[in-house]
Amino acid sequence: MLHIYCPHCAEYREEEEFHCAGQAHIARPLDPEACSDEEWGEYLFFRKNPRGLHHELWVHAAGCRKFFNLTRDTQSYEIKEVYMIGEQPSVVAGSVQQTTASGAKS
Amino acid sequence: MTQRNRLTSGGRIDRSTSLTFTYNGKSYQGYKGDTLASAMLANGIDVVARSFKYSRPRGIVAAGAEEPNAVLQLGATEATQVPNVRATQQELFDGLVSSATNGWPSVDTDVMGMIGKLGGKMMPPGFYYKTFMFPESSWETYESMIRKAAGMGRAPRETDPDTYDSINQHCDVMVVGAGPAGLAAALTAARGGARVIIADEQNELGGSLLNSVALLDGKPAADWVHDVVQELGTFEDVTLLPRSTVNGYHDHNFLTIHERQTDHLADSAPAKMVRQRMHRVRAKWVVLATGAHERPLVYANNDVPGCMITGAVSAYINRYGVVPGNDLVVMTTNDYGYQAALDWADAGRNVVAIVDTRSVANGDRVEAARQRGINVITGSAVIEVQGSKRVTGVSVAALNSSGTQIVGSVTKLKADTVATSGGWSPVIHLSCHTGSRPVWSDSVVGFLPGPTVQRQLTAGGINGQYETAIALQEGLDAGQQALVKLGLAVVNVILPKTKALHVAAPMSLFHIPHLKPTSQAPKQFVDYQTDVTAAGIEIACREGFEAIEHVKRYTAMGFGTDQGKLGNINGMAVAAKALNKTIPETGTTVFRPNYTPIAFGAIIGRHCGALFEPERYTAMHKWHVEQGALFEDVGQWKRPWYFPKAGETMQQTLNRECLAVRNSVGILDASTLGKIDIQGKDAREFLGRVYSNAWAKLAVGKCRYGLMCGEDGMVFDDGVTACLGENHFLMTTTTGGAAHVYEWLEIYHQTEWPELEVYFNTVTDHWSTATITGPNSRKLLAELTESDVTNDDFRFMDWKQITVAGVPARVFRISFTGELSFEINVQANYGMYVWEKLIEAGKKYDLTPYGTETMHILRAEKGFIIAGQDTDGSVHPYDLGMGWCVSNQKPFSYIGKRGMNRSDCTRENRKQLVGLKTKDPKQVIPEGSAAVLNPNAPKPLSIEGHISSSYWSESLGHSIAMGFIKGGLDKMGDTVYYPMADGTVIEAEICSPIFFDPKGERQNV
Repeated sequence: MLHIYCPHCAEYREEEEFHCAGQAHIARPLDPEACSDEEWGEYLFFRKNPRGLHHELWVHAAGCRKFFNLTRDTQSYEIKEVYMIGEQPSVVAGSVQQTTASGAKS
Repeated sequence: MTQRNRLTSGGRIDRSTSLTFTYNGKSYQGYKGDTLASAMLANGIDVVARSFKYSRPRGIVAAGAEEPNAVLQLGATEATQVPNVRATQQELFDGLVSSATNGWPSVDTDVMGMIGKLGGKMMPPGFYYKTFMFPESSWETYESMIRKAAGMGRAPRETDPDTYDSINQHCDVMVVGAGPAGLAAALTAARGGARVIIADEQNELGGSLLNSVALLDGKPAADWVHDVVQELGTFEDVTLLPRSTVNGYHDHNFLTIHERQTDHLADSAPAKMVRQRMHRVRAKWVVLATGAHERPLVYANNDVPGCMITGAVSAYINRYGVVPGNDLVVMTTNDYGYQAALDWADAGRNVVAIVDTRSVANGDRVEAARQRGINVITGSAVIEVQGSKRVTGVSVAALNSSGTQIVGSVTKLKADTVATSGGWSPVIHLSCHTGSRPVWSDSVVGFLPGPTVQRQLTAGGINGQYETAIALQEGLDAGQQALVKLGLAVVNVILPKTKALHVAAPMSLFHIPHLKPTSQAPKQFVDYQTDVTAAGIEIACREGFEAIEHVKRYTAMGFGTDQGKLGNINGMAVAAKALNKTIPETGTTVFRPNYTPIAFGAIIGRHCGALFEPERYTAMHKWHVEQGALFEDVGQWKRPWYFPKAGETMQQTLNRECLAVRNSVGILDASTLGKIDIQGKDAREFLGRVYSNAWAKLAVGKCRYGLMCGEDGMVFDDGVTACLGENHFLMTTTTGGAAHVYEWLEIYHQTEWPELEVYFNTVTDHWSTATITGPNSRKLLAELTESDVTNDDFRFMDWKQITVAGVPARVFRISFTGELSFEINVQANYGMYVWEKLIEAGKKYDLTPYGTETMHILRAEKGFIIAGQDTDGSVHPYDLGMGWCVSNQKPFSYIGKRGMNRSDCTRENRKQLVGLKTKDPKQVIPEGSAAVLNPNAPKPLSIEGHISSSYWSESLGHSIAMGFIKGGLDKMGDTVYYPMADGTVIEAEICSPIFFDPKGERQNV
């Protein structure tokens, strides 16, 4: 069971108080009508399933009911950082792992 | 029976308190302080089980959690049956009833054993896969036969009479294991002011020190244990947990501890006591001082009762005053194995020989054995054991220096006990639970805990350090490190002095060669509990299973309830040899929670029976109960289902309730509908974005029905929202969908549209709702209010703030029945009062309470959907024929708009909601029935749709149904067929789903 720091409550609380709402930073297209079916499908259905760092949206459902983001390592389950909605993560795959010679992220 | 193997003195047992227990129906005596295993050995019980696959007799091998054979069934009554109890961990109590779990007709005379004797070819690895898979349909038959023959204990058929508990705890330092390392760590952390929990699976703290004859500060080790435990007990912030197994080490230093509070007292917990308790601990730092398990060596017939591990022999002698035999042969690859022989000799029994696989042995313990005149045979091994239900002798032969081959002739020795030590395996189970991969150490000859991200420290045996002095020092170091990490001042602890013994290097040997090749030698067991042999692992490797995980699954090695605590490393060594790899190259399988099996009761705790799930009651619940209502679970709510009168069938009740509403007036408790209070200057804009229809012009005092869709355009909830003020709305949701809808609103506001000024609060429990519906509902309401409720002043889809029965009420004139209806909302604590006033005033109108079932029928007569019943996540508003509830004029692209305009959503022939009228009006189509166009067409038939709602309508005198048909909205009047499981076919005509009052006149009167 994860131990999660709620940035709104400024406290560590048990995972039981939270819901994970999936991958973070999935922005709703500003002009949905301009999206092709394929683009809308991407927005709706396609999510990352990384081995390693993952940015997730959580809500303190049984607490303050506020949403926030966190960066979690899906292998070790470490929570690397917690940050507010609207903010960008500071721990990202490239910042930890080396990029390969071709420039692609390993 | 006499306890023929009991010593007259020594051990930590109380010889003045005699306890009676039974094993397989026979009565025996033991002492307070015994485990069931030590008492069985004291009584000379050799056979405790028949093996899983070959049905061979098995005896007690170990003295702790690693025991693979003595897994017994406990319980004096049916209700108190407990399977899977390791006799080595069960404390003896007076009246304990135990039995072997397998063997037919008994473990001593076993018929299944005959099959085993026919030889290994009968049951090779993968036997089940190879033999029982075909034909596939027969597996269930095979399975039940196999289980009956094998037997691994059984669950009780009656309800467990005991109570189980759980407790949440936090601490600075969680120390797992209370041997020398754990006690030193706990003492250091406690003295430094940390909040400490120390847990140990045994009945008293002390770990290996309780089994040892070593002296600390010149006194018995138990004296030091006693002093430390005393001192730990004086700290307010230290919790001592004996009889508590740390069974799981989960993410972020969360640990689950299984405390057996009364298992040592009686068959069932004494009155007012709890049997077991689960501690859920969040620790800032964890010190794993879990010690090590001794590895037996793998040799021919090494499963004959009397074959044990050396540490267990010492434990039974020193701790329990039990010598489990008369004539001992020790085989060891290391110095520690000698201790068993020394303890055996001290107990006054005969040590036949110590067979050391090393060609040179010169440690202090070796010298001690030689000085005592014990016959030490170096460079040799016990290659085979004689005997069937008890060891009668051993064959000893010289080994080459690498231990791969027999080089000398065979000598036979008489013995009844063989104790072996192939070294020790650190107990790394808990460190594996968090995903850490173990790392092989050549010097330790075992796997050590791997790198971890947990705030975890390790000390003692888990690090491969088996000398008491080093374990103590490592414990102290871990305690001090924890203090540093916690920011507490470091304190020192003066450790007791121990005699430093010279320990020579162990030999890395696991599998003793035989004169014959492994495949032809007598069975050499690797995993006792699952009957996996060295030959079996070799076959698996030969058949192409190279990954150790595959070898494990193919052979079942490590699959027993002991998780292969004794055998896994040996199995990996055998596999490595067969694959011509090193052990680290072969790798290891890892361990999962739980470390030892635990009772379901302990997992469930208090969350059973009435406390299984929270139950939510409305303010009028008591009234419903008194009226004899039957209840239906809707989410966590208990809703009245229907209100039967004496002698009525369910259908009769429903008919009566429906007619009452249609002809006069009925009353429904609608309090459970989700209610969300929405305020803010942008509330109206927000509603327009989350509902598919328009909200811009809804005036204060008006209500509107709305459909809520996902981004995919599919309907997931619906309800009526009332405009309470220009910037104030009350949204209602389905009963089951309330929490989800609330979170839905919040996620869009907080993550997508934070610029909108809008606030949400869930107010479901704040209000009680009594819905009165039927032609006489206005008359009834008028009796309880001064306000004007005429049709001129209080229009359909209006709401009013008025007083009902003297109580301020929000009354919504909305209808889910098609009748004139008023939903009367009052503050919840007035709910029962107003309800009773309505009931009283309603008598003259024959006011009839009705439940959810009648509500469903009444709405289906009107073709109103129920989200979740007539929607399934694959239907959009147009599929439901509810295009009227979709606005394409709204400037903002509301949730669902883009989704329902995807090409798949606009194509022809989608399944659409229609009404269905059976040809035979009496026939009610079962919900879920599939529709076909031609029931006589060749199979498989193409399915055109299904029934989502179906009822008998007493008001109409025929059955009604709603369901989906491909392109159904364009197929009015067509006939479809519903084939039933019994071969009959129900014929139905596609029609409008609005069966009753199609013009909607009745709700507008």
